[in-house]
Amino acid sequence: MGSWRLYAAVAAGGFRRYATYRAATLAGVFTNTVFGVILVYTYLALWDEKPHLGGYDQAQAVTYVWLGQCLYSTLAIQGGGAEKDVIERIRTGEIAVDLYRPADLQLWWLASDLGRSLFQLLGRGVIPFVFGALFFPMALPTDVTSWAALFVALLLAMVVSFGIRYLAALSVFWLMDGMGIMQAVMITGVFCSGIVFPLNAFPGVLGDIVRALPWAAQLQMPADVLMGEADPLGAYAFQATWAVVLLAAGRLLQSAATRRVVVQGG
Amino acid sequence: MSRLGEGVRAYWLIAGMWVRSSMTYRTSFVVTMFGNLLMTGLDFVGILLMFSQVDSLGGWGLPEIAFLYGLSVTSFGIADLVLGSMDVLGARIRDGSFDILLVRPAPVLAQIGADRFAVRRLGRITQGTVVLVWALASVDVDWSAAKVLLVPVMVVSGAAIFCAVFVAGAAFQIFAQDASEVQNAFTYGGTTLLQYPPTVFGKDFVRGVTFMLPLAFVNWVPASYVLDRPYPLDLPQWAAFAPPLVAVACGALGGLAWRAGLGSYRSTGS
Repeated sequence: MGSWRLYAAVAAGGFRRYATYRAATLAGVFTNTVFGVILVYTYLALWDEKPHLGGYDQAQAVTYVWLGQCLYSTLAIQGGGAEKDVIERIRTGEIAVDLYRPADLQLWWLASDLGRSLFQLLGRGVIPFVFGALFFPMALPTDVTSWAALFVALLLAMVVSFGIRYLAALSVFWLMDGMGIMQAVMITGVFCSGIVFPLNAFPGVLGDIVRALPWAAQLQMPADVLMGEADPLGAYAFQATWAVVLLAAGRLLQSAATRRVVVQGG
Repeated sequence: MSRLGEGVRAYWLIAGMWVRSSMTYRTSFVVTMFGNLLMTGLDFVGILLMFSQVDSLGGWGLPEIAFLYGLSVTSFGIADLVLGSMDVLGARIRDGSFDILLVRPAPVLAQIGADRFAVRRLGRITQGTVVLVWALASVDVDWSAAKVLLVPVMVVSGAAIFCAVFVAGAAFQIFAQDASEVQNAFTYGGTTLLQYPPTVFGKDFVRGVTFMLPLAFVNWVPASYVLDRPYPLDLPQWAAFAPPLVAVACGALGGLAWRAGLGSYRSTGS
């Protein structure tokens, strides 16, 4: 039981760390709102041209946009969460200190990243979403169950997102420099999560592929759960499977890395 | 005028230093430049995905939207290459290293502009230019001398307008230190917005982008002239040739904002 208290404390630390920068958070809220407005207009034009694209009506497309803006920093879709810290610590050699700690490396950073995600959701995600709901027609459920279902999907999405980024961070044990891998995280995250374009509306085989990849667990699944377009249990199963696979892969890579690790720096 | 020359010289020296430093890790440089090209190309992939489902957006076809896109991204890319490091200003103010720039015998704007000068940003310019060239080859336009001449004028004026936005954003960061992201809303938000035709957006929105933050002159208005499309907001015919004037005005306002910002700077003392 004691170790859970430790990870809860780490998560609380992650939450507080991001909560410290109030002006930065407000600035982020503003930016996400502006991008939301731009995207909503283009989506409205697109759905005007082709109603029911990807199985959504216009209100659902608008909801999708604002949920995307709400989750952009929450799920660190273009990177910038715990993986940034891990990469920096591997690069400087400080990771050696982490390995000495009587705590599990992966769980430690997972807890820290979940804390960050929760803050970003509350501090940065909610306001643009509410703004969208106030000024544009949205397809929002009125029952508590759908919102609770969304919350569960979001928690799973956070774990999947961390799983991907943690794998990327560990690669720096071999690559020594994180620039390239962080770019790869950014590119795959932006393209495959559906923030550019809903995965449901991707054409043909490309659509089948992106909908099967773990990034689909981030925005597409929660959006479909919220709007009743997907069966929550099926969505959870998809998300949980990827979460387990990614965390297990992270575990394997972590033990390989720590066995052969040569700590950088002096 | 000598002050301007001094600024350009300082900018050149500092930028050159950063170029040499990034060339130390050659592979990393090539990879990040390629990554930059891919990353900035994703916007266009998004547009292509849209056009895999529809034939026009807001009444504009793919070549015409590619024309807007190429102009927006190329001119933004130039501004980003020249002044794109402005968003580290907030961090420099917070950690106190901005003070070092103030005591050096070179214009601060040149120093902060050239700070962390990154050649990889050529990726965006390259990608924008490729789309622009494709668009120029595929749009159905009756080319006249004025139209041909307007294309390079648009790119240069657009870059100058975006530069002014970067400078104004930097001035804003002096007041609101942690808020560098607000600048992104206008710079990255601006270039994203201009990739889509004005007919897509609400009238008040277009008005704001024309008269308050005159981004419409980067491409919307002059491109409408080139493509023989109705102007946004029924602007007069000569408005298509206004971008250089708008750029100069924006530059002057950006400069004033920067001076005001610099004048009111208070060190954090840490």
